Order: sequence, then structure tokens, then C-alpha cells
Amino acid sequence: MQQLNSSPPKGRVIPIVPVSSAAETEVARALQICNACRYCEGFCAVFPAMTRRLEFGQADVHFLANLCHNCGACLHACQYAPPHEFGINIPKAMAEVRGQTYAEYAWPPALGQLYQRNGLTLSLALVFGLTLFLLLAVLLQGGGLGVLWGEQLQGSFYQLFPHNLLVGMFAPVFLFVVFALSMGVRRFWSDIKPVTSGVDVSPPAAAEATHDVLKLKYLDGGHGEGCHNEDDAYTLQRRRFHHLTFYGFALCFAATSVATLYHYLFGWEAPYDLPSLPKLLGAVGGVSLMLGTAGLWQLNRKRHPMHGDAKQKPMDLGFIALLFLVAASGLALWLARATPALALLLCLHLGAVMALFATLPYGKFAHGVFRTASLLRHAVEKRQPNPIGLGAD
Amino acid sequence: MGTDVLVIGGGNAALCAALMAAEAGASVMLLEAAPRDWRGGNSAHTRNLRCMHDAPQDVLVDAYPEEEFWQDLLKVTGGLTDEDLARLTIRASSTCRNWMRKHGVHFQPPLSGALHVARTNAFFMGGGKALVNAYYRSAEKLGVKIRYESPVDGLEIENGEFRAAWCKGERIEAKACVLAAGGFESNRDWLREAWGQNERGEWPSDNFLIRGTAYNQGVLLRHMLEQHQADGIGDPTQAHMVAIDARAPLYDGGICTRIDCVSLGVVVNREAKRFYDEGEDFWPKRYAIWGRLVAQQPGQVAYSIIDAKAIGRFMPPVFPGVTANSLPELADKLGLDRATFMQTLDRYNAGCRVGKFDHTALDDCHTEGVTPAKTHWARPIDTAPFYGYALRPGVTFTYLGLKVDDTSAVRFADQPSRNLFVAGEMMAGNVLGKGYTAGVGMSIGTAFGRIAGRNAALAAAGKPALAGAVKDEV
Repeated sequence: MQQLNSSPPKGRVIPIVPVSSAAETEVARALQICNACRYCEGFCAVFPAMTRRLEFGQADVHFLANLCHNCGACLHACQYAPPHEFGINIPKAMAEVRGQTYAEYAWPPALGQLYQRNGLTLSLALVFGLTLFLLLAVLLQGGGLGVLWGEQLQGSFYQLFPHNLLVGMFAPVFLFVVFALSMGVRRFWSDIKPVTSGVDVSPPAAAEATHDVLKLKYLDGGHGEGCHNEDDAYTLQRRRFHHLTFYGFALCFAATSVATLYHYLFGWEAPYDLPSLPKLLGAVGGVSLMLGTAGLWQLNRKRHPMHGDAKQKPMDLGFIALLFLVAASGLALWLARATPALALLLCLHLGAVMALFATLPYGKFAHGVFRTASLLRHAVEKRQPNPIGLGAD
Repeated sequence: MGTDVLVIGGGNAALCAALMAAEAGASVMLLEAAPRDWRGGNSAHTRNLRCMHDAPQDVLVDAYPEEEFWQDLLKVTGGLTDEDLARLTIRASSTCRNWMRKHGVHFQPPLSGALHVARTNAFFMGGGKALVNAYYRSAEKLGVKIRYESPVDGLEIENGEFRAAWCKGERIEAKACVLAAGGFESNRDWLREAWGQNERGEWPSDNFLIRGTAYNQGVLLRHMLEQHQADGIGDPTQAHMVAIDARAPLYDGGICTRIDCVSLGVVVNREAKRFYDEGEDFWPKRYAIWGRLVAQQPGQVAYSIIDAKAIGRFMPPVFPGVTANSLPELADKLGLDRATFMQTLDRYNAGCRVGKFDHTALDDCHTEGVTPAKTHWARPIDTAPFYGYALRPGVTFTYLGLKVDDTSAVRFADQPSRNLFVAGEMMAGNVLGKGYTAGVGMSIGTAFGRIAGRNAALAAAGKPALAGAVKDEV
């Protein structure tokens, strides 16, 4: 039997901010029904977290929406899913709120509305715009068309863009990305911390959350057979392709970091070739990123129409496409380093990387940041005694 | 159009039968009356399987031996059970789960709020609809032909042998057939006929809500009992019935419409009077009698009244309660006579003898000088805000069915059919004459669904039926 409080559960010390948007109201309505049913408790973290609550204020809804991985299990298992008159669709309701939280917590706030526009077309347009800009810059430097299609570079792209110019372009963007995302997640954290026990993060909680993020625990369905994609069958494909994407991205990022160290610490200048560490990391990472994003693209296109929020598909696909372009152009750049196409590919690659970074704080990338924050709060909260003592036990 | 085995119905028992027959190599067709979205009948609303076990087994703690399970069944049915078939069901429940897992069912530890059945019941991960989905997927993989929106309205039976079924004007022949099309709880006219008119001139069943599927119309059950004079069992007024939120949908409200605060407060009827000991026993042991209690009240309605002290101590209800800052205000909002309500509540509050309140034990808080008494958890209802929940009887399923032995064969004039079998709610009354204990419906459906499927495949191959449960490798 569950431990019963000797006194009635205390009201919260912090005032409950009621839900306001239609999407938040829908999550609160649905969770009221879910909390009276609870059949889905085994699937993921959302439902055990739900049972610690009797009502769902705005911060609870934001927390739970970002805890949801959109695996689809609770939709296919739901006795109250449409066409039932209760019309419960947790993955969709949660996705809609998630989309809103990305925009609401974006920094600077005025740029939050970029989320609504950050679609596939915009992402690609940005890549080609930046690529074109770089090409024109090269042209106008006086090299003429010959520079763009010639072998005189001998595989060394610093001849085209000096190292310091590249640093001057990318370092501010990168630092801005880190700053903007941390501003957003800090505000998110301060909103959800009071409703998730208010207790600080302990090392075991941090370790568990890290594990859950790195393994994508909540795409395993709770039984290890995976989540749903196009129908009620379980599949591990999304988890695996996401792993390829995530770890591919991490390897590429590591390649760049190692290369930076080489440059500044040892004075070893790019390009690096096999079997150097940056090239090894970059090659494996690039291939992994291409495979992962190609897989995720496929899965996204085949996804059951009732999963998630259809309006966010352009954002999902835009991010997937950018990652794919970055990886593909990077690998192409390496493979074609001795050909006349080097300059063109370099401009394309730099354009893609720049577009990716510029949109990071205002696109799908945010899901990783907010979900990690929610998983961390969940790992903290679950270690506290349940505030609800159910006499029915 | 022909098949070796025809399965009529689309819930747990039907799917178990179809899977067994397909595994035995028979060609199988399954006819589900509901559209795909509503497939699975009442099984889609279930959440667990009551399981015998002599030692801890994965999600099941301690032991739940055969004898204890049997005594539980004997107690809830008041002896209206067949011991051989009951023990068959119990033993089968101890070995069937590996077979269920093979067909994609996942089990999980008990849900929060349901820890009282951690020892006796294995919970389906995601509930019954996840189980139903898994079985349909597995059946499709095994080549079972599945047709939705295919209600069967008649059978051709010659000398006790099944020949063909009629579905939407189409004649479907099969060498053997399994009937697993559920009870008649969704059929309002039949319920009206069974429950009749009471001394107040009311038709009580008009106010019943159906917790499960709208598709259990009992067409085939009535056809078998009336046109074919199959041997029947059970009383048509017996049904699993609980008190649920009066605002629940007419059909398919399922688990979440339960109101679990009865034992924490008082319950009054439309006349604002109490009518039964709300604290007689732990709620999980009493919830199943409250449906019938409410059905006996005028208007088939009652009101569960609690105060702020109860909040957080029971499973949160699906709809918010009617809330008031005083008891007279609550009476007004619930449409109850204020004077009578206050008289009832004042008398109850004055009669409370509060000792050490403990909702996890049969505590010493009780009433004195109040009729009916409240024997446990009696505390004055005196702390605002006050909450009221209107209750109605909610029917889970009916017990009227076809008589069987341990081959699951349909019987005519006490002779078993060679090739017609029955499983699930259509025969659960053999084991459950009345009463209920959580998860036993799925135990019966699984045990007899599998027997029926195995025997239908044998009959299709011209072999005699086997008696007893399917033998699982342990």
C-alpha cells in the first residue's frame, strides 16, 4: 500500500498559474481524464509524473508537454482516443503546447515568432542565400570566376576564406546560439522548478536524466520494443535513426572542437586528412548524420497523421534537411577536395552550417534543450515523496 | 466463401480462439461487428488478468495459490459457479502469460492507485486496447482474415452441427465455429425487458449507463437461446454493475468514470437520505455492490458527498465535482431538498465517533445512533469546500450465456456440438453466476477462448474435441 499522509495533502505554497492558451487547456482537460484512468503509466515518464498531481496549472502543463517524447504509445492504447467522445490525443495535445513553449521561451522574445515560420522552405532558402552571399564575396574579392571553378586552391580552403575570417563569422553566431538557448531554458527552468518539488538537482538525478537523454529511454515503449510510427506496431527505427543523428552531430561537433585545439594549441592547420582525429571524427559523424537524418525524414513522412502537431512538420523537416545538407556538403567537400568543385562546395558547406546555427535557437533543435530540462526535473521530482496519498490503495 | 474456422466476435476471447486455431494450421476468418476504431469489445476497456501463482512471477508479487483464488471466486459468486470450470480457469491463468507475450502482450507492475491487486492481477501495459491491438497484429501475421463491421445475425445449425453464418446477407460456411460475441449489456430493450418495472413504476434500466462497448447487442446470444434452443445458463438481471459518475457517456465510459470517494463521505439518494453503510469495507471490495444499490434508489441516482478532508485520498474523478462553500448551498446545487439534506447531514455529523482515522485500515471511526450506520472512516462532513458527485449504475457486462463443459462446446439438449464452440462473455456465467472480482473476466475469456480455438481447429480437421485447458510449456 502506498504511504498515506496523516494529514490532508497540503496546498502548494506557490500559486497555481492557470492554463491560458487553447492548447494548454486541452492538455489540462485530457490529463484530468488520464489521471482517472492511468492505463498508460508503464509507457513513459509523463504518466507517473501526472499521478503526482490532482490539477494541472500552466507550469505543470509546460513541464509535462516537454517530458513527452511523442512516441504515440498512449494514443494507440487509449480507450478514449477519437472517435470516442472524450477525444483524447495526448501526443497531439502535448506537441501543440511544446511548439508554444519553444516560441514563448525563445530569447530574444521578439524572435519567438520565428518558430512559426521556421519551415523547410525557409531553411533551404537560408542555405542558398548564405551560399550565394559567400560566392559573391569570393567573386568580388577579385578572384573572378576562375576562383570558383579551379584547381589553384590545392585543397586548401584558407586561401579562399582565411582562418580568421571564418572564426570571425562563426564564433559570434555560435556564442549567440549558446546564449539565446540558455536564456530560454533558464526561464523555462525557473517556471517548472517550483511545480516539480522545488528541490535542487542531486547527482543521482542528474545521472539518471543524462542516461535517459543519451539512450533515448522513452522511445523504447517501456518494454524495449520501441515506439509507434505509421501504425500501432512498435518499431525501434525512430530511436536508432535519432541516435545516428544525435551521435553523428556530436561527432561532427567533436571534430570541429578537436580541430580548433589543433589550430590554436599546436599550430596544426587544416585541412586534416585520414587518419587524423578530426577527419576520422568528421567522416564517421558525417556519414552517421546523413544516414540518421535520411531515416528520420522517411519516418516523419510516413508518420501516423494523428501523432503530434501537423503544423510543426515543416519545422521538423527543415531541421532534418539542414542537418543532412551540412553533413552531405561536408563529406562532399572532403571527397572533392582535389577537384575544381572545391570552392563551390566550400561555399555551400559554410552556407549550410551558418544557416543551421542561425536557426538553432528558433527551430526544432530546441526540443533537445527543453526535453533535457524536463527530464532533469522529472528525475528530481520522482525522488521526492508523492504528495498525493491515495486511500484507494 | 468458406474457411476452416469462423470466429464470431472481436474481443479477447475471440482473438485467443482465432490465434489458437491459426497456430494449429487452420484457415481462420474473424468477424467483428464493430468498425476498426471500436474493435475489441469490452476487452479494450480492461486492464488486467487475475492470475494464480505459487511464487512471485515477474510483475506478480508473493503467491496467489489455486485454493485462495477459488475461495475468492466462491465468495463473490455466492456459490453460483461450476467448481470444475472455475478451477480450470484458475489453473490456466497461471500458465497462459507466456503465450500472451508471444502474441505481443506486455505486462507491467500494478498502476498507482491499484496496488491492492499487486499480488493477484497482472496488468497489461497500456491496458486492454494495447492487448487487443497486439492480438490483431499477431492474427494478421498468422494469416487470419479479419472483417470489421460484420455483425452476424443468424447461424445454420443442423442436428447440433454448425454449417454457416449469415452476415449482412452473405452466407459464410465454415467447418467449425467459435461464438465470442459478448453479452447483451448494450441492448437497452433487452435490459428493460430483463429488469422490468419497479414498485415505483420506473423502468430502472432506462437510467443505466453502459461502461463498455455499444456493440454487445446480444443478437447472437438471443438467436442461440431462442431459435436454436441451445442450453443456457444464468439470470438476465445479473450483471457486473458499479456506481459511476452520472455524467459519464452512455457507452464506453470505461474505468475513468468510477467515483472512488464513497467510503470517505456519505451517499444520499434523490430524497436526500442515506441508504447504506458507506464504510462497510475497503472500497475495492465494495465498489461492485454500489451499482445495484444505486439501481434500487428512486430515479436510479445517488449523490456522494465529501468535504475538503477527503481531497487527495482517492483516485481523482474524471469530471470535477459540484462544489459549494456550505452544505445548504451544496444541496441547492445538487437539486436536493435542503431541509432533508441538512437533517441527514446534521444527524450523521452528530453521530460520528471519531477515533484514529486511517483509510488504509478498517479504522475505529464510526457512527452511533444513525441509521444506517457508517461503520468505518466516519468523520463529520464539516470542512469547506464541499463536493458532490451524482452517481448512476454503470453496467460492465451481463452474465446470461450458453452452458458449456470443459471442451467449450455449445450444448443442445445437454449434448455437446461437434463443431460449435463458445467463449468469453457468452459463457462467463458458467464460472461467474453473479458478483465479480477484478480481472477474472479476462481469465475466463483467455482460458475458454484458447480451448474453443484449439477445439475448433480439431473439429475442422475432423478430430474430436479435447477436454480441459490448453497445456502450456512452463
